[in-house]
Amino acid sequence: MNELTESFDIVSVGSALTNAAPPATPKNVPHRGGDVNPSADALKQQFGDAILRASVGWGETTVFVVRERAGEIIRWLHDDPSQQYDYLADVTAVEYRETEVPIEVVWHLRSLPYRRFLRIKTELPKDAPLEVDSVWGIYRSADWLERECYDMFGIKFIGHPDLRRLLMWEQYKEGYPLRKDFPLRGRFSRSEQLRQALAANPESRYSMEELTVAEAFSEIPEDMRRRLASGERTGE
Amino acid sequence: MGLTARPDSALRRVEYDPQSQDGWVTTRLDFLVNWGRANSLWPMPFGTACCAIEFMATAAADFDLARFGMERMSFSPRQSDVLICAGRVPFKLAPIIRRIWQQMAQPKWSIAMGACASTGNMFDNYAVVQGIDTIIPVDVYVPGCPPRPEGLLYGIQMLQKKVMSERMSDRVLRDEMEPDPATQLYIPPPAIDEISEPFGNSINQTRSTP
Amino acid sequence: MATKTRTIEVELSTSGLDRSGKPQRVPLVTNDGGTAIAFEEPLALEPALDGEHMLINLGPQHPATHGVLRLVLELDGETVVRCIPHIGYLHCGFEKTGEYRQYNQIIPWTDREDYLNAPGNNVAMALGAERLFGIEITERCKVLRVIACELSRIMSHLVWLGTTSIDIGAYTPFLWSFHQRELIYQLLEAWTGARLTTSLTRVGGLMADIPDGWTDNARSFLGGFNKVLDDVEKLLTNNGIWVGRTVGLGVMSPEEAINWGLSGSMVRASGVSYDVRKDFPYLDYETYDFEVPVGVNGDVYDRYLVRVEEMRQSVRIVQQALDRLPDGPINVDDARVILPSKTKATSGMESMIHHFKQVMEGPRPPVGEAYVAVESPRGEKGYYMVSDGTAKPVRWRIRPPSFINLSAIPKMVEGHLLSDVIAINASIDVVLGEIDR
Repeated sequence: MNELTESFDIVSVGSALTNAAPPATPKNVPHRGGDVNPSADALKQQFGDAILRASVGWGETTVFVVRERAGEIIRWLHDDPSQQYDYLADVTAVEYRETEVPIEVVWHLRSLPYRRFLRIKTELPKDAPLEVDSVWGIYRSADWLERECYDMFGIKFIGHPDLRRLLMWEQYKEGYPLRKDFPLRGRFSRSEQLRQALAANPESRYSMEELTVAEAFSEIPEDMRRRLASGERTGE
Repeated sequence: MGLTARPDSALRRVEYDPQSQDGWVTTRLDFLVNWGRANSLWPMPFGTACCAIEFMATAAADFDLARFGMERMSFSPRQSDVLICAGRVPFKLAPIIRRIWQQMAQPKWSIAMGACASTGNMFDNYAVVQGIDTIIPVDVYVPGCPPRPEGLLYGIQMLQKKVMSERMSDRVLRDEMEPDPATQLYIPPPAIDEISEPFGNSINQTRSTP
Repeated sequence: MATKTRTIEVELSTSGLDRSGKPQRVPLVTNDGGTAIAFEEPLALEPALDGEHMLINLGPQHPATHGVLRLVLELDGETVVRCIPHIGYLHCGFEKTGEYRQYNQIIPWTDREDYLNAPGNNVAMALGAERLFGIEITERCKVLRVIACELSRIMSHLVWLGTTSIDIGAYTPFLWSFHQRELIYQLLEAWTGARLTTSLTRVGGLMADIPDGWTDNARSFLGGFNKVLDDVEKLLTNNGIWVGRTVGLGVMSPEEAINWGLSGSMVRASGVSYDVRKDFPYLDYETYDFEVPVGVNGDVYDRYLVRVEEMRQSVRIVQQALDRLPDGPINVDDARVILPSKTKATSGMESMIHHFKQVMEGPRPPVGEAYVAVESPRGEKGYYMVSDGTAKPVRWRIRPPSFINLSAIPKMVEGHLLSDVIAINASIDVVLGEIDR
């Protein structure tokens, strides 16, 4: 029988709100205009020029930020007592069909104490390396979300301890599937895809002890070798 | 459309010597062996997605699989007879299903349950194998997305009929498939490409513009 | 496993072994700078065995992983020191394909993604698309969608109950749950024609209205369902084996649960009362009278209690919805998204043009983006769609609750036994279709 831990106190949503109306289903949400999330103004006051623009669409506030300070801004949103965005709902990226439009990285943040939703976006031009700060140090939920973003778009999250492919296998050669220049059925022919898939050794992902054996070690990809060499660990 | 010429390795040659007819004893023995095999097929449920839920529903009380002798789901391939691939198989899972198939001992059969296992279904994209018959030999295809339990039971009964029609004198029937050691494919690549091509209206499904 | 000592000429700072040749105990998860190592010192009673850690590969083909999940476990005897999950074995390119399909064409895909919550996923997708289009659906459609969502929640929790019981060793609840599922399947089949993959909604409405007599059948199902839940609770809730195998396992504190992004029953069992239906409501959920169960221990047993109680509350919601079901149309009266009736389309010019545009090109929303989250049985399920004015979205993103719930498994499993890994994995209620998409 396992030891029973002490019971936790119940944390309720909206605990920081005083005299707020109970939440209701949004009706007749306007396309543009509508109530702005107060965090947009707070961000403008706090960070000034790092906030490029804010807009409201379909009831959701979107704030565009400068790429280099995205991590700092999100950390402020998490730590500041008037914001308390403690819940990271999603990290994803959007690539538009027009080639000159930059890729956007999107963070969906929720503040449970204030019952708010905020979308932070930053733009990554395609002619520069696709890199942005990781929020793994702030939210653990970013662990797999950022790995998936890397797998699908090739965006590197600086500061993520273990940025490897998550959904495709590690030696996947066809590219980054969700990019718009990646065709729906893949780049290679079906038989070639099957051949590569069957060649991928399903058990090439074992721990350090196994990898000291020479045969297994030579099969792991370069970035994984570097990661193992630096000794970083996370829930893979 | 369709396969024009199949290479010899894909044809199953039944070796039957008309001079030496199967005697009464061998046909009775065949019947006995096949009857035992058909009515106690132990499935290896390779369930991946929605079809696995319908497979579970077929195994549950309302559509009982136990009356076919199949309630003992052997999740170890070494102890199973029929691999029921229920669900879509992405390329990452392809070596797994190949390995599971190779771990099963003869006599073994396979059922491709559902449209995804049969042909890849609506997942005509970079990630999904267009039918597990490109990886392992399939005996029965059960269409549906997901097939109703009655559909799966019909497929199982078809397999039972197939098992009953086997003969011990057929020397190549129980031969293991031999993939090409260089590519690990057991069907020639042009054949795989041909059967994986979209056809009909599906060729319009790869456009993201109107 | 024999120890091999070979020197390899590679740049590696550590081989993972310490000076005496034993594997280093590496903390799996650091907690804001502190370290969390599986155990501080060995138990006093245990003889100092000269053992090595064993690597066990669980999956991807395994009866108890609830799908094609691969867990690599590093075991010290029977205790888990480290757990490394591998996913992606069911990755089928959903999000990529979403960019190549119209908003109504992608609805059958949402069935296959979280296949235990197919009607609920259909509703979530339709709500997201309707937000993007700026459409207000009819009252009857709202109530029917609530019924569909809650029946779907009951169905999904029944599978969870059945499979978790089997994993822990109780076979009977599996048969009972699946029989109840058959009754719901009959309801759904009468409504949509399909048992599991329903494709229930369309942008602006539903695929079909409920047939005559459907509400009576639904009520008779609900009448008998609570008794079945009572029977299952009689078997499990105060059962010594069940309690012994689930209490104290996989505990997540409220702060950890929020930081790891857990949602649904996982976060509610840990004491955080976050339910999307109550906190960010949709489909007029604030007008229904129901409670949200919240656990205080954060272990597997609490998750079980929370889910069983959620099923009871879902029954309440469906009964209220059936009572208030208004008459009226199920589809919104907007010719840009809803196909006109056949008589009109074949006789009137305007209707014919609408029909042509919708079938050939598909309904086109204005430029914009929308993220709509619903409470799926697994947690906060969100669809984020970005539109550039064409009939196919630029980006179709699924926010999968069990993906994020599962990423916490290394933290939950550390220090427990191998058989507890199965129980903890079962308690997360994963659906690999949604995780891998």
